[in-house]
Amino acid sequence: MTATTVEAPPAPPAPARSQRLRDPAFWADWAALVGLIGLTIVFQALNSTFLSYGNVQSILVAAAILIILSIGQTFTIATGGIDLSVASVMTFAACAFGWAFTQGWALPLCMVLAVVTGLVFGAVNGALIAKGRIPDFVVTLGSLSAASGLALILADGKPTTVISPFLLKFSTRGIGLFGWTFLLAVVIAVITHVVLFNTRFGTHVLAAGGSPEAATATGISTARIKIAVYTVSGVLAGLSGILLVARIGASSPAADTTMTLNTVAAVVLGGVSLLGGRATIVGPVLGALVLTVLVNGLTLVGVSQFYQPLAVGIVVVLAALLMRFQK
Amino acid sequence: MTENTQNAGGEPILSLRGINKSFGAVHVLKDVGLDAWAGKVTALVGDNGAGKSTFVKGIAGIYAFDSGEYRFEGKTVTVNHPKQSAALGIEVVYQDLALCDNLDVVQNMFLGREMRSGLTLNETAMERRAQETLAGLSVRTLKSVRQKVSSLSGGQRQTVAIAKSVLWNSKLVILDEPTAALGVAQTEQVLQLVRRLADNGLAVILISHNMNDVLRVADSVCALYLGRTAAQIDARSTSTTQIVELITSGRSGDLGLPPALAQEAVA
Ligand SMILES: Nc1ncnc2c1ncn2[C@@H]1O[C@H](COP(=O)(O)OP(=O)(O)O)[C@@H](O)[C@H]1O
Ligand SMILES: [Mg+2]
Repeated sequence: MTATTVEAPPAPPAPARSQRLRDPAFWADWAALVGLIGLTIVFQALNSTFLSYGNVQSILVAAAILIILSIGQTFTIATGGIDLSVASVMTFAACAFGWAFTQGWALPLCMVLAVVTGLVFGAVNGALIAKGRIPDFVVTLGSLSAASGLALILADGKPTTVISPFLLKFSTRGIGLFGWTFLLAVVIAVITHVVLFNTRFGTHVLAAGGSPEAATATGISTARIKIAVYTVSGVLAGLSGILLVARIGASSPAADTTMTLNTVAAVVLGGVSLLGGRATIVGPVLGALVLTVLVNGLTLVGVSQFYQPLAVGIVVVLAALLMRFQK
Repeated sequence: MTENTQNAGGEPILSLRGINKSFGAVHVLKDVGLDAWAGKVTALVGDNGAGKSTFVKGIAGIYAFDSGEYRFEGKTVTVNHPKQSAALGIEVVYQDLALCDNLDVVQNMFLGREMRSGLTLNETAMERRAQETLAGLSVRTLKSVRQKVSSLSGGQRQTVAIAKSVLWNSKLVILDEPTAALGVAQTEQVLQLVRRLADNGLAVILISHNMNDVLRVADSVCALYLGRTAAQIDARSTSTTQIVELITSGRSGDLGLPPALAQEAVA
């Protein structure tokens, strides 16, 4: 007797996991996370103290400033721009803080001054780019120099000691594994994530970055968006200035030349398109962690400091290569 | 211009007369006129460079006309900015710069006019209204309103751009060559959509190169010839041959520009 049951049509084969893993776009989207896990495995294998409580704690604290600056950078890059002045503006804001502190200003006022300094620099950057129609990298390269110069002039070339029990606690204490500065970076990441994906402003940033003509035809002022993103970047640089003072207990006009490049590196590692219009906050945050872990791990396993910029450079170029496979 | 207008059919919602527009020394629009009616499709035809896009951008307020009369719903109005035309209920779907590729359908439809609850976006409400609007236009080709526009076909993009333009209780929708880049099947879908807009009571101005498209959906045809209105005629009383003559020589029989003007334009 023949079987009378009707065979169900075979279910369409689910895309096999191994197939997904062979798709370069998958790796491009998750480059930072993959890098973070990979580096963690390698460094832990080479030195078992890498994942110790104390070391993880210090990595997170060390990452805070880079995370915050990278988030600011993400906004400018999302519009197809770039802010090369972030680290110098941070240095200048720190010096403004130190100057106000020695003038006897109250601590909250010193902090406000640092943030306002960043805000003004950012707004001027944005206005020159949007209204003056000067390319982003030219304007912010000018600001890089101007901010470094102003920092040297204001501080007379010398570091200023800032002794504040509050700042000391802020930079050395926290909740368990997480230092206050890292927690501040996380709070900023959460807020900016909401701003980017759940507000009108965020949508307009992505629109202005991805399709400026269409955005303009819809009535969005791309000039105002440009000014706004550079102001965001400036404010976060000003805030980072405070963290910098807290971390070293002093304000120093010495320029940190690698920091700006590291913010761009973190953003690229995070899968944000340098052409604009495509961005996340999680990505650059993970990117900043990768770079911090890289430097921390290399130091821990005893690689000379001289190799660190080279390692960062290789990682960034690899990430950029991977980006070409992004959908 | 008036003697060339053969359309009866009630008060036009949009009526333009004697419009002039120059870019520096280039006189692009010369005494141009046009009428458009609610519930009707008015085709605006003309050769490349005849001034169609310039005319439309003037109507939308992207450019200000140098002179002429602009009447909307019976009243003389001034339109110098896109916000002013939008406030009147005029929406334009531009030739190429209609949508942001990197945003999804909902984000595009509400771009610049997002719905909010408090400080953040009201995604649920926007999604619902986008779906309602698409359903109201009988659009069923979209998989999801959360798809990125870059993943849509040309026809789907035009559909989204058109749906965006009717989202705002608009009264007049202007479409600049919506079928230019589309295949046969997609052109058919978009033309049906254009017809449906008019059947829903909107006034529609359709710019097109394709005479078949024009005669299929238009109620009235306005032909531009080298920056002048050759004629605006009832679509039922005309033919492809007549429209082509108006487009290519500014005249057809005793219709169109006086011989002197048609000649001068060439000289
Ligand atoms: N912004 C402008 N500046 C100078 N000339 C323009 C400008 N825009 C259009 N024109 C000219 O006006 C004429 C009409 O162009 P357009 O309105 O685009 O024609 P169509 O859309 O009918 O092809 C063309 O000769 C074009 O070169
Ligand atoms: Mg055109």
